[in-house]
Amino acid sequence: MAGTIRRKITPGDVRSQRGTEESVWVRWLLIGAGGVVASVFLILPLVNVFWQAFSKGGAAYLSAISHPDTWAAIKLTLLVAVVTVPLNSVFGVAAAWCIAKFEFPGKALLTTLIDLPFSVSPVVAGLMFVVLFGLQGYWGRWLQDHNLRVIFSATGITLATVFITFPFVARELIPVMKANGSDQEQAALTLGASGWQTFWRVTLPNIKWGLLYGVILCNARAMGEFGAVSVVSGHITGRTDTLPLRVDKLYNEYNGAAAFAVASLLALLALVTLGLKTALEWRTAALQDRAQAVGSDADKSEADNHPSNAT
Amino acid sequence: MSEKKHRILPGFGLSLGYTLVYLSALVLLPLAGLILRTLHVSPADFWHLATTPRALASYRVTFGASLVAAVADSILGTLLAWILTRYHFPGRRLLDALIDFPFALPTAVAGLTLADIFAPNGWLGHFLVPWGIQGAYSILGVVLALTFVGLPFVVRTLQPVLESLDRDVEEAAAVLGAGRWSTFWRVIAPLLLPPLLTGFALSFARAIGEYGSVVFISGNKPMKTEITPYLIVMRLDENDGFDGALVLAVVLLVFSFVLLGVVNHLERWAGRFQD
Repeated sequence: MAGTIRRKITPGDVRSQRGTEESVWVRWLLIGAGGVVASVFLILPLVNVFWQAFSKGGAAYLSAISHPDTWAAIKLTLLVAVVTVPLNSVFGVAAAWCIAKFEFPGKALLTTLIDLPFSVSPVVAGLMFVVLFGLQGYWGRWLQDHNLRVIFSATGITLATVFITFPFVARELIPVMKANGSDQEQAALTLGASGWQTFWRVTLPNIKWGLLYGVILCNARAMGEFGAVSVVSGHITGRTDTLPLRVDKLYNEYNGAAAFAVASLLALLALVTLGLKTALEWRTAALQDRAQAVGSDADKSEADNHPSNAT
Repeated sequence: MSEKKHRILPGFGLSLGYTLVYLSALVLLPLAGLILRTLHVSPADFWHLATTPRALASYRVTFGASLVAAVADSILGTLLAWILTRYHFPGRRLLDALIDFPFALPTAVAGLTLADIFAPNGWLGHFLVPWGIQGAYSILGVVLALTFVGLPFVVRTLQPVLESLDRDVEEAAAVLGAGRWSTFWRVIAPLLLPPLLTGFALSFARAIGEYGSVVFISGNKPMKTEITPYLIVMRLDENDGFDGALVLAVVLLVFSFVLLGVVNHLERWAGRFQD
């Protein structure tokens, strides 16, 4: 080890001296290999979407985007997200409240059941709603007799999307609420606040970043879901096509440039989602650093609002 | 930590009640409906429909390609997690943010663009296809799409573990004369194994059910590149294929739940020394 002292020591060398870091060659070889993986799987697919979308020029792009059927798909996608995200958010807050703040028998089972939709294939999820509401299923005949439609309509698409995005908000909020504990709520109650006041003024401000994080992920999946929605939609052009289904239809009509133009909207959504998500994570990390630097617990409760990465 | 202490907070009945009603209506009821309806299929028919040659071929494609993709994810994901946590290089934070891109990108778009890149006239297919590497409309395409969707699972389960590894152990190994290579295999790798297994199982489970990204790139050739979820959709479109679709769905569902149990078990096993 003493031999290394002969060299001029730069900050980067300090660690390699301790023998806990690889040689410069290995390091850059690994970074290079990682760069190739990232290029093939992350960067090229993203760039290609926009490249192909504009392959026939800006005018062709605009006409693909402004096609009435595409507009109908945009509206349906937004409608589904506007219904789905608040429903699953309210559920997520309620579920996190009872799971994080109370002890009761069957809690572990409940947590597992909430995560269940993540392990169901989207196609199988869609099929479940066909079984309930389709003509060959339980209530299909009755619905038809009463002139109601669930399958092949926005209702069925929304139900399938709610199922697919069910756990997103809950599983972000449960760890946040657990970390926050319930001391602050108890203090508020002791001081005479009502239950709802405590929730709106104490709990909600504490969980707002975790909630936002869950909402962003839930929304991205709700707008981008394909398999489950594909099974229940019926693919009626201009009526039950969401954006991903519209991409599929254009692609199957050999209209590649238009398919990519519509896909570019969804890729943009993915980029915005990633940007917001990363900003939230950086904010949390900065808060945690500050809390550590100050060495006090003052910021801890807020810094603990860390959004987890696991999905 | 006493249980009674928490009971002072209000809203337990309301929040638990709402959670149970919502969960039952939107998850448990549809799930029960699927299973109860499948019970109408006689055991003989069930066996017949679950083991048609086309169904068996679709299991081979689904499980085989998912397994290969999960192995690829484990290797590539370990590499990415390693360079992200251990090295400093330009663009590191950007790469870190991009890791979640496969989560954020709708699967249909992923399938569309991957198929285009690996098609004979695509950016990569242009070079690969003359060498006989067919990335689109082939079983390799299925593997590529599944590797794409599963990649973040391995990176994101390994990253926190790599960050929290105590450098002292590595230092001790180095001081005792171990080379970097043997330090990695004998000291670091055993610590990475539990999260790696979890990441592997998560990406495997995701791949089994995946539909959107695969249908664009696989070409969906029956007996060759057709995955089970696609076959379910095909059966639904047939006139008397409903029972067939149900049976295949239950087969997939049972497998997913077994895998979920394995993942939960792995996580408990990996966390047995914590707390």
